[in-house]
Amino acid sequence: MDFNDTAEEAEFRAEARTWLKANTKRLKHDEAPPGLLDEGEGRSVVKAAQDWQAKKADGGWACITWAKEFGGREATAIQSVIWNQEEARFKTPPNIFAIGQGMLGPTIMVHGTEAQKKRHIRPMLRGEEIWCQLFSEPAAGSDLAGLRTSAVKDGDEWIVNGQKSWCTGAQFSKWGMIVTRTDLSAVKHAGITYFIVDMESPGIEIRPIRQINGGTGFNEVFFNDVRIPDENRVGAVNDGWRGAITTLMNERSSIGSGGGGAGFSDLLRLAKETDWGGHSALDDPSVRQRLADFYVRSKGLQYTGYRTLTAISRGTTPGPESSIGKLVGAPLRQDMSSFACDLQGQAGASLEAGVAFDDATWQESWLASPGLRLAGGTDEILRNIVAERVLGLPPEMRADKGVAFADIPTGHGTK
Amino acid sequence: MNFDFSEEQKLLQKTARDYLEDHAPLSVCRAVLESKETHSAELWKGAAEMGWLGAAVPEEYGGAGFGHLELALIAEEVGRALAPIPFASSAYLATEALMEAGSDEQKKRWLPRLASGETIGCLALAERPGRVSDSGVQATLKGGKLNGTKLPVLDGDVAGLAVVAARDGKGVTLVLADLDDKTVTKESLRSIDPSRSQGKLGFSDTPVEVLGKAGKGWALMQQILDRAAVLLAFEQVGTASRAFEITKDYTMGRYAFGRPIASFQALKHRLADLYVSIELARSNTYYGAWALENRSPELATAACGARVSASDACELAGTEMIQMHGGVGYTWEYDCHLFYRRAKLLGLVLGSADEWREKLIQRLDAA
Repeated sequence: MDFNDTAEEAEFRAEARTWLKANTKRLKHDEAPPGLLDEGEGRSVVKAAQDWQAKKADGGWACITWAKEFGGREATAIQSVIWNQEEARFKTPPNIFAIGQGMLGPTIMVHGTEAQKKRHIRPMLRGEEIWCQLFSEPAAGSDLAGLRTSAVKDGDEWIVNGQKSWCTGAQFSKWGMIVTRTDLSAVKHAGITYFIVDMESPGIEIRPIRQINGGTGFNEVFFNDVRIPDENRVGAVNDGWRGAITTLMNERSSIGSGGGGAGFSDLLRLAKETDWGGHSALDDPSVRQRLADFYVRSKGLQYTGYRTLTAISRGTTPGPESSIGKLVGAPLRQDMSSFACDLQGQAGASLEAGVAFDDATWQESWLASPGLRLAGGTDEILRNIVAERVLGLPPEMRADKGVAFADIPTGHGTK
Repeated sequence: MNFDFSEEQKLLQKTARDYLEDHAPLSVCRAVLESKETHSAELWKGAAEMGWLGAAVPEEYGGAGFGHLELALIAEEVGRALAPIPFASSAYLATEALMEAGSDEQKKRWLPRLASGETIGCLALAERPGRVSDSGVQATLKGGKLNGTKLPVLDGDVAGLAVVAARDGKGVTLVLADLDDKTVTKESLRSIDPSRSQGKLGFSDTPVEVLGKAGKGWALMQQILDRAAVLLAFEQVGTASRAFEITKDYTMGRYAFGRPIASFQALKHRLADLYVSIELARSNTYYGAWALENRSPELATAACGARVSASDACELAGTEMIQMHGGVGYTWEYDCHLFYRRAKLLGLVLGSADEWREKLIQRLDAA
């Protein structure tokens, strides 16, 4: 057991660091790494991100795991982790290309036509065109295959109507990938078709979704008689679910970020510095017990990440333990944030920088944390995944099995 | 990044698992539980022959000369098998204490006997209910003679050697007591897990030798407990994993309302949570093993992390095992209670998880 790079890994890390040093600045120790794209980040941020991406592409550091024919360098999974670790130590714009490069590009590589690959992959790699994912709908979240946005064939085109939700970066995107319902009489997974859609097409309307914390990281996208040429179809008609699964399998895991323990030392300091009637909150036994639990969960998560990295470093598939990260990390973030507010007494209810501790960072974190437990698979869906795919427990009993989509009970919230 | 055991170490673990599957099915644990025996003498002999008792003891003292990573993996298998032997007391506590602080002469005298299983070792610390503390050590040491009572002492009724915490003019001092001395009284105490015995030890002017430095015994005790906590955590992860597997299989085979009960989310999600809890514990114990093997200063917090997460996961596994089995889980006939008992015992023998949470925060705060 050791936590060091192998000789090859160290060499790759040095190469990456040398290039980064020559092309950008190191983050100072108190400087935050770039966040995700959020409100107030306009065209100037997009431009900065695109410039950085082009620079990386010119230097051979864009999409490094991709095949050479697509402009990558066929880097291994551990090299990708090392690159991400190194890039995170430098001052860079937010990564607004992750959905395209991480999920949609790889889908096109597997299921797309030659023409689609030729047209789209290079501009995607260089960040010249931004992509968004058009999957969830108001009535199709955890049950994604329950989607209702319709596509109807009209000559060489398809006419799309419906509403997509939770679309990150749609307002900046040139292209989207959309899953649609094309056969109501088939069982639900068998009536879905997958398309690439030009986001500048007539009939598309994009509206920001305002989250509980006031942020607007996502959009609703409305489709009113939007025409998509048949050549933009990805995979066969009514066989889109396969492609959608490829996309979902490529959802980037958060491994390698090493952030499992992040925040605990701040919480410990908060407890130490908060006055609880003449003594520090940290002197209270109930506080100490809770803190210890947070520490143990944080560390357990961090070391589980080390186990995953070990498998990746050896070139093997990570074990099932790699699937528990979000299921542990998201509720932990919420619990810690809530506890940090509690520690502050009445000031815990304040969002005012001068009133709440640490510029109300824990209050902000508490408001943002419910989203972490929902995005990319709710806690409940993740438990199902662990139970069924990792532990081999029986699948859910389903009311929609073998039933034509049109005959599935819908209840409240669907049309 | 290499946060895993080597192929050789995994092979050693597999050998241990195979051996225990053959020689220690759960019926062996149950036989001790249902008898007056303190442990399975036959399995103890087998463990000695396999070289487990002195796995981390250097060859010059009669051990196998492996490191603590190997010992940790053996511990996991001992835990999986619910092996009814005084392994923790002898191999993690007494043997480790001697290796940590024994003089060369003490090591020469005791380590070969511990490694061969001829002598069973134990740690005698507690004297009454409540958390053990520096000031709670009341047994006295004067002129090389020990007086006092220790209880409960895990495996105290069957051990031949005890590391005992005593008070002298300088503070707490640890001593080595030969339990076969005629001044020592031993008494068996009833245990929540009769497959692991406990005793009461009485000392009346018992001649003893100081282990380590006189007056520095409490600090040494913390080191001994930290080291043992990591090894015991592996044992707990082993016990928890086995309880989990048996429970999972049961819920998949048991039908109610026309479907396997494992298909109900009320159970399915709890099984997922139990699995996650065990995996987090496993990761924490791996880190503890790394710190132990490399004598890292991080052992102080890593041991707490391993102890807390493994105790919590193991106790959860024992509790859920009975609950998910339903009525039969509460019968003497089913094995669930063997796990329920063992999990609780292991969670208490070095002090409760809450006690280790407190210790963790003290150490983080001091850092």
